[in-house]
Amino acid sequence: MGMTLQQKIIARASGRDQVTPGEIVTCRVDLALLLDSGGPRRIWPRLRELGVGVWDPDKIVVVSDHFTPAVDAASAAILKLTREFVEAYKIPRFFDMQGIGHVILAENGLAQPGMFMVGGDSHSCNGGAFGCYMAGFGAIEMTGVVVTGEIWMQVPETIRVNWSGAFGTGVVAKDVMLFLCRELGIDNAFRVIEYGGDTVEAMSMSERVVLTNMAAELGAETGIIEPDETTLESIRAGGQEPAADALNWRSDADAQYLVTHAFDAARLEPQIAAPHSPDNSGVVGDYLDVAIDQAYIGACVGAKLSDLHMVADVVAGRRVAAGTRLLIAPASQKVITDAAADGTLQTLTDAGAYLLPTGCGACAALGAGILAEDEVCISSTNRNFKGRMGANSAQVYLGSPYSVAAAAIAGQITDPREYLS
Amino acid sequence: MSRGRAWVFGDGINTDVMAPGLYFKSPMEEMAKHCMEAIAPEFAPNVAAGDIVVGGRNFGIGSAREQAAMALQHLGVGAILAQSYGRIFYRNALNFGIPTLVFPESGEINAGDELRVDPVAGVVENLTTGRRYEVAGLPEHLMAMVGAGGLMPWLKHRIANKEI
Repeated sequence: MGMTLQQKIIARASGRDQVTPGEIVTCRVDLALLLDSGGPRRIWPRLRELGVGVWDPDKIVVVSDHFTPAVDAASAAILKLTREFVEAYKIPRFFDMQGIGHVILAENGLAQPGMFMVGGDSHSCNGGAFGCYMAGFGAIEMTGVVVTGEIWMQVPETIRVNWSGAFGTGVVAKDVMLFLCRELGIDNAFRVIEYGGDTVEAMSMSERVVLTNMAAELGAETGIIEPDETTLESIRAGGQEPAADALNWRSDADAQYLVTHAFDAARLEPQIAAPHSPDNSGVVGDYLDVAIDQAYIGACVGAKLSDLHMVADVVAGRRVAAGTRLLIAPASQKVITDAAADGTLQTLTDAGAYLLPTGCGACAALGAGILAEDEVCISSTNRNFKGRMGANSAQVYLGSPYSVAAAAIAGQITDPREYLS
Repeated sequence: MSRGRAWVFGDGINTDVMAPGLYFKSPMEEMAKHCMEAIAPEFAPNVAAGDIVVGGRNFGIGSAREQAAMALQHLGVGAILAQSYGRIFYRNALNFGIPTLVFPESGEINAGDELRVDPVAGVVENLTTGRRYEVAGLPEHLMAMVGAGGLMPWLKHRIANKEI
């Protein structure tokens, strides 16, 4: 019987010819991503308690992104400990204050077709856009991985989501995901979302990762996209050479899907998720009167170079509304460098945008830009749970970078298509 | 076997409300005081050792932060019963040795009901209403790990036996 791509990867990682959904297997890990949040500061004391080291430093990537830059003694100590851990265990791949881990993996070509990868953060599913199996786990689970190099898996079912046709103006991958959170619901544990169709094939990697990143918001084990030439070009741009058989990692023609959905991209409108959950979403027209205190561009999902370009398209030659602030925390140092080189940063600051350091920032109330009581924010991040970006009474709406930028200019949620030619 | 009062929560209780980011850098003693604060401020100050947390669908959805499960453990929660779980929270809770069972009838439990949970046999008893429920027990492949008290004691056991 045929297998889907994710099942093929799990079969390979567990040393089997065939796996079936529901089966419990143990997988060997090809790469483990540790972040400063749930990485060394939580795992190192446990390694000491166990009296063991890491299973393979070459298969561990460490990124400091949640507590960067240090803003107090506690965050400074966490970043210092992270550096000491990397030194102690001689971990060759360490990205200190270079950007958000999921974006760093993509920029450096470290996620490749067929790999079985785990990360200590729920948005680790971001990597699945590169045709690998990559899922997020808690620090306690990652402790087990770092000690043994293995992790148990219940072989997931696969949901196939096909998109066909071209998006209208002002509609992007983020709108797809806010729509899918409402359409598919968030109760998808032990399922993988496999995205495909000509709309997905036409997307850049920067847009494809939005689909897999927000598989977390669907509650899925991960998201995955079959690799193609766009995937390989991106890996090469990251300085890596993909394996010769990379494009063979595809689902079989007779693979079994739990369900297959088909959607028409041309009919999708800009989407907004209202407080306090990504699945509480609707078309932008339902939220037009919501006044905005803060518009936030940030996080792994929503502050890549392409996202900054979307913001620039909207705000070029305009000014952020009085009484509204536009905060931008680019997803990596490379994004900042590239956005400076192509003039994007100038466009943003000319419009009144306030630039923040790269890192996870206010998305999880860890860095600059957190919200006061009763403030209203529209954000390009991936989740808007109560209290996540600061005060419990703050109201966070989610939208695409286009929608966030348009709201910043209008001072209220508005249809971004009115600002795009 | 766990026995305690039921604390009943609805659908989609996420890990941000169990372990708010504002207290991420604080020690667990401090963070646990704010567990569920955004939706149920009475929970953390009043939950007693052995009490049982009852949730609806997608309990523990969202962030991978293990502090969500750790906060419940720190507060002495004896078992978690929910209709379904956020995938990472489910694994975290079991990895901390908290008996965590899928319980489709969680809607029949009222706040304050006295519950008894046998995670091995897969039995939930509501001692207040007298109802008895048979549910799936802990997954077979995790029984020994949870029985040992969680992943850390289990890793110690395996290291001592030279299995790792």
